[in-house]
Amino acid sequence: MRWRRKHARKAPVSLRRSFVTPEGVDLRLELASAGTRASAFILDILILFISLILTTIAIGLLGIARANGEIFMILWLVGAFMLRNGWFILFEMGGRGATPGKRLLGLRVVARDGGRLTGGAVIARNALREIEIFLPLSFLGMQAADGAADGFLALFALCWTGIFLFFPLFNRDRLRVGDLLAGTWVVNMGRAKLGADLVAARAEQPRRTFTDAALDLYGIYELQTLENVLRSGQDEAIVTVAATIRRKAGLPDDGDDYGFLSDYYAALCVRLERAMLVGRRREDKHASAARR
Amino acid sequence: MSAFVETAAAPLVNASRFRAAHEADWERLDQLLTRIEKRSVRALSEDDILALPLLYRSALSSLSVARETSLDRALATYLEQLCTRAYFQLYGVPDTAWRQIGRFLARDWPRSVQALWRETLACLLLTIAGVIAGWWLVSTDPGWYYSIIPDAMAGGRDPSASAETLRATIYGVQEGGGLATFAAYLFTHNSQVAIFAFALGFAFTVPTVLLLLYNGLTLGAMLCLFAQKGLGLNFLGWLTIHGSTEMFAIILAGAAGMKIGTAVAFPGRDARTEAAVIAGRGAAVAMAGVVLMLLVAGLLEGIGRQTVQSDAMRYGIGLAALVGWLAYYYLPRRQGIGPEGDDALAA
Repeated sequence: MRWRRKHARKAPVSLRRSFVTPEGVDLRLELASAGTRASAFILDILILFISLILTTIAIGLLGIARANGEIFMILWLVGAFMLRNGWFILFEMGGRGATPGKRLLGLRVVARDGGRLTGGAVIARNALREIEIFLPLSFLGMQAADGAADGFLALFALCWTGIFLFFPLFNRDRLRVGDLLAGTWVVNMGRAKLGADLVAARAEQPRRTFTDAALDLYGIYELQTLENVLRSGQDEAIVTVAATIRRKAGLPDDGDDYGFLSDYYAALCVRLERAMLVGRRREDKHASAARR
Repeated sequence: MSAFVETAAAPLVNASRFRAAHEADWERLDQLLTRIEKRSVRALSEDDILALPLLYRSALSSLSVARETSLDRALATYLEQLCTRAYFQLYGVPDTAWRQIGRFLARDWPRSVQALWRETLACLLLTIAGVIAGWWLVSTDPGWYYSIIPDAMAGGRDPSASAETLRATIYGVQEGGGLATFAAYLFTHNSQVAIFAFALGFAFTVPTVLLLLYNGLTLGAMLCLFAQKGLGLNFLGWLTIHGSTEMFAIILAGAAGMKIGTAVAFPGRDARTEAAVIAGRGAAVAMAGVVLMLLVAGLLEGIGRQTVQSDAMRYGIGLAALVGWLAYYYLPRRQGIGPEGDDALAA
């Protein structure tokens, strides 16, 4: 069963990318996953369709009122063209670097080199959408219209265009062909609030104390996992984690799981931080706690 | 075991001290960024704008310190996100729309087209080769005409038609549908095709070359057909009024696609992706210009061609347009408007 263990140890594909600012700090950008980007695109397309239908109705009402079919046709043709090509380009060229769909999901298009997002880059990444999305769609349409007449050819064409459509899944950085060509990528722009200070919250009141042996059980990785558990505040997780720690440290159950975990977190954090400041950083529980 | 201890109020860990010292600054930066993101930079007062870079730098240094001295992951994540947002507001934002448009018209558009001159020449030659081939094929065997030009596009203009019918297609007023509608249709359709030709260039230019050759073939076949009925010059006039602009635009679109395709195939000294990026950004600017050219061509074709019926006027307008484009693109102009004179676009 050697191979299976090897497989399980493989680190998950990370979407964090090192990105060093001119000031020399690594921002560790988080790229948007393929799923998020597909959702953003679908959202955009939905908004596009709805606005197209609404404006068609609006123009239609005006057109009927004035009995002028020609202006209606022109507005519609040019409007549809502008929506299809201009929607993505104009929104991404604006200061936010995101279409409404991307904005809703907290994404942003940025230049891979960290510079300004130029108009040329935005046009390039969106013009390539023609062969990524609309070409496969038109082949699909052709397939549906022709029936089996040219089925084989259409199938081949569909496969070929599928390469472009699924291109983001085949590379590490989730780049579309358009991104590749324009030198851009799409990053997550999280906007989390600063969470409360868990240690300070316990500092004001009487706390439990722990022996060194109890605190030597875990390292930084476990500490931060514990932090997540405390912040998410899910009762089940808190009960389970508290029981595990008590069992390992050989402590009795005092009935206050949250208080116990908070105190343990604070004590562990103090201990690990002190060790870290004198150069003994203990990454996880597998690393040795003994002094070197 | 779980004895409780009374403690002094002194913070236990660095993160607490650190938060207390800097949280106000972070909050302020967060508020400024939120205002910019929700509205725009103009929503900020002068003081705020001056404070922004300072707050950004202090947040960055907080991030470095937090990563090194504290184990509070929420703090590090928050600062990471805050700094990322601030970075892209400070460094990654494009110019205002008006300045972008102004620069595009004054500099970027002609320059990007100029940078494509080799590819433009190649595409022109390809089109001419297509025209000659089309002419030659149809003149040797009119049967070729049917294979080159689909029925829908021919619209009755085929070798079996009489000279009178053909003359009517050139000078007649179009039946049904207003002129402006026709112009709008032509513009959107041609632009979509041009964008398509550009995007296809990515596949090592092969599809672009085929598209250009085919375009030339149809033109050659049509020309030959009308010339055989003695209407060659009239047809050319009918075509020139908008065709000089339209063909030029299509050739440029092909050239833009070709630029990318060759950059991908033969990246030279750069890495393949870098070469593609440089070519792609420049060519995309040219493509925006191509769409504008096609807008002009659509107007000329939809309206001008139907209302202007004399050959001389048609030639005059068409050639004037051509000279205008050539002058705009290729006449030498003052170099370097400011320090950004030579940016990546010209590459």
